[in-house]
Amino acid sequence: MVDRLGPLFRHAVLLLGAAVMLAPFVLMLSLSVKPAAEIFAPQFRLLPEQWSAWENYSAAFTKVPLARFLMNGFIVTFCIFAAQAVTALPMAYALAKLRWRGRDTVFGLVLLALLVPPQVPAIPLYIGLWQLGLLDTYAAIILPSTVSVFGIFLMRQFFRTVPNDLIAAARMDGLSELGIVWRIMLPTAAPALAAFGCLSFIWNWNEFFWPYIAVQSEHLMTPPLGIAFFSDTESGTSWGPLMAAATVTTAPLALAFLLAQRAFVRGVTMSGVK
Amino acid sequence: MAEARAGKWPGGRAEALAAWALALPALILMILMLLGPVVAVLLLSFTGWSLGDAEMEWIGLGNYEQLAADPVFWTSLRNTLIYVGVSVPATVGLGLGAALLVESVGRFRSFYRAAYFLPVASTLLAMALVWEFMFHPTVGFVNQALRTLGLPVTDWLNNPDVALLAIAVIGVWQNLGLAMVLFVAGLQGVPKDLYEALALDGADGAWERFRRVTWPMLGPALVFVVAITAIRSFQVFDTVAVLTEGGPNKSTEVLLYTMVQEGFRFLRTAYGAAITVVFLVFTLAITVAQTVILDRRAHYG
Repeated sequence: MVDRLGPLFRHAVLLLGAAVMLAPFVLMLSLSVKPAAEIFAPQFRLLPEQWSAWENYSAAFTKVPLARFLMNGFIVTFCIFAAQAVTALPMAYALAKLRWRGRDTVFGLVLLALLVPPQVPAIPLYIGLWQLGLLDTYAAIILPSTVSVFGIFLMRQFFRTVPNDLIAAARMDGLSELGIVWRIMLPTAAPALAAFGCLSFIWNWNEFFWPYIAVQSEHLMTPPLGIAFFSDTESGTSWGPLMAAATVTTAPLALAFLLAQRAFVRGVTMSGVK
Repeated sequence: MAEARAGKWPGGRAEALAAWALALPALILMILMLLGPVVAVLLLSFTGWSLGDAEMEWIGLGNYEQLAADPVFWTSLRNTLIYVGVSVPATVGLGLGAALLVESVGRFRSFYRAAYFLPVASTLLAMALVWEFMFHPTVGFVNQALRTLGLPVTDWLNNPDVALLAIAVIGVWQNLGLAMVLFVAGLQGVPKDLYEALALDGADGAWERFRRVTWPMLGPALVFVVAITAIRSFQVFDTVAVLTEGGPNKSTEVLLYTMVQEGFRFLRTAYGAAITVVFLVFTLAITVAQTVILDRRAHYG
């Protein structure tokens, strides 16, 4: 009897859970198309009686430079990932496949750096950037994230599985070590790099702590910073446009996630399986 | 000597040079952006320096003595520990439940997985503002649901008794999917023949399967998920910064928020560095505990 009810019961629990998990997203979308008068209606309705989608979304883009925030988000996440890949791949190859004095020490430093939460270097980095006159610039947001020890570790683990014969053959063909990294290792590492790219994108698009410290100018704000600024200036009075801005901010990640679920989940799981 | 070196590192000089050249850019950045600043924050915490000061004066444990006498710091530390203490068991428990359920059903598995994981991939700051509306005293979903069930309601984010709990609810909602996918990975590593062996023994109930195979096999994954959830929970900042600013009445003041206030808003740089060191010590303690527990388990085998 229990066994027969089992699957149905499990689906009921899972559905209830999914409803709770998705409720904030549904609420966000619903509020983003409602006029102010309907937002505080005592009875919640999924769809508005009078659509205000156009008003809310255009207000979100005109009351604050939302398009600019999004562009900043793409610039910052792209530059960070490019820098992380360019620095992590050669080092990961050197750690995984080359024999040199100092390799164990350097790998030890990578493992040590993995233990440090990203917020710990904030004060010295702030002081350093202040001395260089770089606070409140793109560089201030990007520079501290140009190296990812997690990325180095991940790619090193992956490179260890690449057969040595492949590398020996490439050397026979006259490829330099750097050539091997880009022409041989990079193509074989594409799936791992894609998974790392997804993680890097999630982390840096959503990052609030560091940009909040390093940037004050409106035109440099990344999406999370921009939306916090929007919420501050409107102080909770215009929920419709605010939710429209929240939708626009969350959309790139949510869409990327739904399209590339496997790579996302693989990336996150890899961060767990050491 | 040279020969001994060549013996240990048969790659020789050319390979060693190439290796250093390849590793150097990342190594320099790692020291400049991560390890150097960690040392700097430690040293800074023993000084009385503030941003803009010409002189840097060594004051030994002065900042830490001041911390020990600072009621805001103790409130902040207590709140952070309560936050971690509430959100870790909830995240891990619900994450494990979701993983077991999702793995046990045949259909709609990918839908459930996507639904539970979506908050992990979404912008916490934007979603925190949605949660502000969820917690709205009159029209918020939370109070509407409680009223329907006949339970008492309150203004969650403005009531000092429950504001921290409300912030923790958002944290659990965000991290649950991460715990779930990590558990799913762990579950897929459980050998299927163990279940078959159990079935041959005649014990095939769901609870028996869980108690005798899944739970013991999931041990290392459990320790790992607890550690990673605890470390993430210690870093709570975004929700507090945008929703409560530590209030009402310091009831949601947490370590990183206090650190940012002291170090960057009040420009008490060295004092902020001391708070950072406290934060780092707690994070490292979690990692050490994780290592010790996994080590001991490995010995019992």
